[in-house]
Amino acid sequence: MEKIATREAYGRALERLGHVREDVVVLDADLSGSTKTALFARSFPERFFNRGVAEANMIGHAAGLALCGKTVFASSFAMFAAGKAWEQIRQSVCVPNLNVKVVASHAGITVGEDGASHQALEDLACMRVLPNMTVVVPADGPQTEAAVEALAAFEGPAYMRVSRAATPVLEGGPPFELGKARLLRQGSDLGLVACGVEVAACLEAAELLAAEGVECAVLDCHTLAPLDCEALLALARDCGRLLTVEEHQVTGGLGEAVCGVVADSPAPVPVRRHGMRGEFGQSGPAATLLRHYRLDGPGVATVAREFLEELG
Amino acid sequence: MKPAPAPPGAPAVEELERIANRLRRDVIRMVHAAGCGHPGGPLGLADLFAVLYFAEMALDPAEPWHPDRDRLVLSNGHCCAILYSALARRGFFPVEELATFRSFGSRLQGHPHYGHLPGVEMSTGSLGNGVSVAAGMALAQRLDGRRSRVFAVTSDGENQEGQPWEMAASAVHDGLGNLTLLLDWNGIQIDGPTSEVLDTGDLAAKWAAFGWHVQTVDGHDPAALLRALEAARGEGRRPSMICCRTIIGKGVSFMENTNAFHGKAPTDEEAVQALRELGDPDPENLDASDPAVWAS
Repeated sequence: MEKIATREAYGRALERLGHVREDVVVLDADLSGSTKTALFARSFPERFFNRGVAEANMIGHAAGLALCGKTVFASSFAMFAAGKAWEQIRQSVCVPNLNVKVVASHAGITVGEDGASHQALEDLACMRVLPNMTVVVPADGPQTEAAVEALAAFEGPAYMRVSRAATPVLEGGPPFELGKARLLRQGSDLGLVACGVEVAACLEAAELLAAEGVECAVLDCHTLAPLDCEALLALARDCGRLLTVEEHQVTGGLGEAVCGVVADSPAPVPVRRHGMRGEFGQSGPAATLLRHYRLDGPGVATVAREFLEELG
Repeated sequence: MKPAPAPPGAPAVEELERIANRLRRDVIRMVHAAGCGHPGGPLGLADLFAVLYFAEMALDPAEPWHPDRDRLVLSNGHCCAILYSALARRGFFPVEELATFRSFGSRLQGHPHYGHLPGVEMSTGSLGNGVSVAAGMALAQRLDGRRSRVFAVTSDGENQEGQPWEMAASAVHDGLGNLTLLLDWNGIQIDGPTSEVLDTGDLAAKWAAFGWHVQTVDGHDPAALLRALEAARGEGRRPSMICCRTIIGKGVSFMENTNAFHGKAPTDEEAVQALRELGDPDPENLDASDPAVWAS
């Protein structure tokens, strides 16, 4: 199975974008080798600005450049971009509604060995609450490349989360469209809703459960804001129960976003949120951590079985 | 597209002083009408804003978003009464609208809000943020080969934040000679004298140590401000910091050199007294909805 890290796909797509869009300017905060903005920097050094280890200043620069007509991509690790520079993203990007795309890599426990300080598990919550902000977590490399083009094509703030670890390229499914969730597998017993690396885990879990006679639908909910309420409510109606899966705290992220939509609807259904439950991560290989926190395919299948058992 | 805006050309110093006095009276009336807000800082900045908007900056109120305009970011956004007054007096919007300052539905929010009012270049209010935005604008001017200049007003209190120092380093690294910062150095912040709250020391020396072209001038002397701005313009690749020694509340005796009116509106009696001290022709008339008070 072909594998590529979504950060790698981001770097390649950004470099390609640079050839056709002269208004694209890229900023990084001393992590360009890891976020892969270095690929853009090599081809377009005059449109790349390394701001050093100073994320707040980087976001301010992004806003200033956007005010002068640039389409700005600003990258760092998710912890520092969404965490350290949250206030600048709110005040200098979202309040004036500027064309700044914050693309943050190394999110979630799949950061691996760097451990708890670097494993952003709250970034989606922080970004999702901001008015004007579009929030995207692509599931694989090709989806990431499509997302970069989509982000560059619209005016406004966006946050995109990409991952460090190489993850499978998923086959089939509808093309990427901002704000439109992708139904990757049909099923009527349980709806699995995921984003990012957890989409692949859900597809694997759906295979395992199908062997036991449980048919799961899998929805790639790559855009957390604005949410595809229509697709979520259709899934809730068709399956009658949803399990959300994310490499993020269960508070504030995809799970609670889905809960909000479902609870607001005239026909709520049971939802189980799966992710990190109020704890920080730890060091270890990404695969080991995914297994430990039951965020790999077998882990998600286990959580699904427990949920279905409880529901009776 | 209309031709690039040009600076208005330096009026006589007496004319700039007359404008600064007009701005000060606006500030008193605006904050009094709002019943809240920050009068002290804006009064201290009136001379600087008269010089910037009526002598220095290349602007065209008829085409407020001209790409070749000079830009100003008010990083200490709470002082926006002076920005609004200068913009209105320069013709960016009707002066009567100053009466709506801070009120429901007004384009003149309590801190500048981008996208609604011509001449407001950026949303500010959270200290430290605006200076980085100004540097980003200066970078964009260079990328586009424009000769426009970018100004940012900051304050000594704001320099307690970390972000200005991130920008201090990056602007020198980038060689942003088209960026000029103006420091409102009045030694007062909302909780008291800066020396007591958190002493920022010799800010001129600190900015110079970061590699900036630094000048220290009397912030109430239009001629000195004009000379400093002229010198800043001559800097090729060094960003400029003009440290303006100012008096908070300048022009109103009981507002000078105190934090009492940093973030407090004057009462009716205080407003009348302030307007009288500023030589307002009709100080007893505090009706902001009366166009006559803005016309004089």
